[in-house]
Amino acid sequence: MMDAQCSSCALNPLTDSGLLAREGSADATVVLAGNPNVGKTSVFNALTGLRQHTGNWPGKTVLQARGFYPHRDKRIEVVDLPGTYSLSARSPEEEVARDAICFGNPDVTVVVVDATALERNLNLVLQIAEVSDRIVVCVNLLDEARRKHVWIDLKELALELGLPVVGTVALARRGILELKDAIDQIVSGQLSPSPKKPVYSEDVEAAIVGIVPSIQEINHTSLPDRWIALRILEGDDSILGKLEQFYRRDDATMTEQAMAS
Amino acid sequence: MTHAPYQDRFTVLREVAKRQKSRGMVDRIVQRLYGRAEEISEHTVSVQPGGIAWRWDDWADRIVTSRVWGVASMIAILGAILWVTIAGANVPSALLADGLFWIEAQLTVLFESLGSPAWLHGFLVLGVYRGLAWVIAVMLPPMAIFFPLFTFLEDLGYLPRVAFNLDRLFQRAGGHGKQALTMAMGFGCNAAGIVATRIIESPRERMLAILTNNFMPCNGRWPTLITMATLFIGGAVIVGQTTVAAAALVALVLIGVFMTLGVSWALTKTMLRGLPSAFTLELPPYRRPQLGRIFVRAFIDRTLKVLWRAIIVAAPAGGITWILGNVFVGDKALLYHASGALDGFGHALGLDGIILMAFILGLPANEIVMPIMIMGYLGSGAMLELDSLSQLKTLLVDQNGWTWLTAVCVMLFSLLHYPCGTTIYTIYKETLSVKWSTLSAIIPLVIAIAVCFAVAQLVRALGLV
Repeated sequence: MMDAQCSSCALNPLTDSGLLAREGSADATVVLAGNPNVGKTSVFNALTGLRQHTGNWPGKTVLQARGFYPHRDKRIEVVDLPGTYSLSARSPEEEVARDAICFGNPDVTVVVVDATALERNLNLVLQIAEVSDRIVVCVNLLDEARRKHVWIDLKELALELGLPVVGTVALARRGILELKDAIDQIVSGQLSPSPKKPVYSEDVEAAIVGIVPSIQEINHTSLPDRWIALRILEGDDSILGKLEQFYRRDDATMTEQAMAS
Repeated sequence: MTHAPYQDRFTVLREVAKRQKSRGMVDRIVQRLYGRAEEISEHTVSVQPGGIAWRWDDWADRIVTSRVWGVASMIAILGAILWVTIAGANVPSALLADGLFWIEAQLTVLFESLGSPAWLHGFLVLGVYRGLAWVIAVMLPPMAIFFPLFTFLEDLGYLPRVAFNLDRLFQRAGGHGKQALTMAMGFGCNAAGIVATRIIESPRERMLAILTNNFMPCNGRWPTLITMATLFIGGAVIVGQTTVAAAALVALVLIGVFMTLGVSWALTKTMLRGLPSAFTLELPPYRRPQLGRIFVRAFIDRTLKVLWRAIIVAAPAGGITWILGNVFVGDKALLYHASGALDGFGHALGLDGIILMAFILGLPANEIVMPIMIMGYLGSGAMLELDSLSQLKTLLVDQNGWTWLTAVCVMLFSLLHYPCGTTIYTIYKETLSVKWSTLSAIIPLVIAIAVCFAVAQLVRALGLV
């Protein structure tokens, strides 16, 4: 019930403190996530034609920027997020990214990865794939990888991850059209990716099964119960604070409705 | 107290979370994803043999991040940038001044032929236009050279190396190595530097970075500093003027760094006690900067933006200063009543009343400090045709009693004084604390006054001026 409202509610970080004012409505919202310094802002600029300041150092983007692009009769909103190594939000700017990905209900999450450091970047892809299925992996900086004689089998990568994969050189605008197409396929429902979710060791899986029923009762977000269970098992109680916020608001709404009827 | 049933669920789950902290399950969860990432990359990534062998960036990193050469190369790079800026800005500055003051002469002719009253000509041409012309001639060329060079370093990936080099010093001062990155941002704009402190995880160290960002001269202050260094410090020697001026600016930046470290250390010992937290700073690969893009971006996003800010504030300020300089109360113009009141205090700091007033009126934007200063002096009624930088020196030295000490104190005061209004507001937005926002202005102000006072008194006592 609340899911539909959440794209415009106060808890949704996508709607506040953006650099650009929301102009009109969009048919879909895409967020750009990725490790710091992989060229997210360059991908953002290439997609939207805007000129957000880029720079070659981690932490350049601390606020989210938003822009729009038209594609196949749709108006797509893009949000450029600060870089993050994980979804555990250890700093305010990582929290911006985490909240947008986890609680913002984006239509598509584009995870930008650095082709020259794929292994390290995949960790975030795998984490986000536990939260959402609607993901496009954008392997950026392919030119630099080539200079370093690093080759990436994009087809194989797509198979391994169970996600659409697009190779780009954002500064030269190469691969951007393909990226827009991949986004469009998910937005229009032609493609529903089913990422391979990792199975954990027996004790972890058993612990998940143990607490999932309790989580089910209180989870009023679109987040998978299994993912929440994993965060709790990691000792991250900040996620519970977030869940409580969502729960309380729903609770208040239901009480109001009950009183009204 | 009523107790909603759902709260039990949260309590139970919180207990589970708390219990996990001491167990090895966290590691097993994290390891699973790392293992999977490794597996996938083994299947998909191939590196051609011999491909990685030639790496000029490794070679470059060995120098710019070495213990011995790291800091030295950093100072050399900064010096080189400032040298190019000063050497390159002289000629276009003179040309621009010539052109703009030629237009002023034409405007005067036009006003006279239209028979406009003297006060209108005075207000519009000698006040507003002349103020603007000065801002453009003095500020535009150095900015148009300095900002692209700086953006080049940013795109190349040099800034994190600076942070790497300074990390040990910051650790010793109780700060965070990433503070160097936020300082580098402050070099462009202190307000941007304040926002950039979000990359520092620990609140204590973030506050240190916020309170000290002011000590990095921003866009708005560079033109003042460059002009002062060129006219008075480079101008004081006969050979190697550009080199001397650039060296003076490097020294000034080092004073700023020293102040940052000193204040961080002092705050760590007093108001912001605590131990520096460890962090991993990634050195990103060098990337080939996009030259065309850099030029356009540095010019439009930085140069024109700063200039525009200076112009929209300087235009009305020019008019107002002209009015203040030409409306007489008793035997003196209003302007000189005000600056006269500040003269004594200003003199003690090696400055004068007009300079202090310019710094006070310049609170909204540092860009307008020098324009106000110049207009304050020009408003003296002795209308001097200013058509070159050397004329500016004549105005300051011969007509208003400046010495090299005045210039040094202006540079020091500009470096240290207080962040601009925008930055203070940004600090408030980021900290939501009136106390810390106020301190962010008071601490630098006290230091600026103390340093200028000490320098001025010392130099005078030694009879150097």
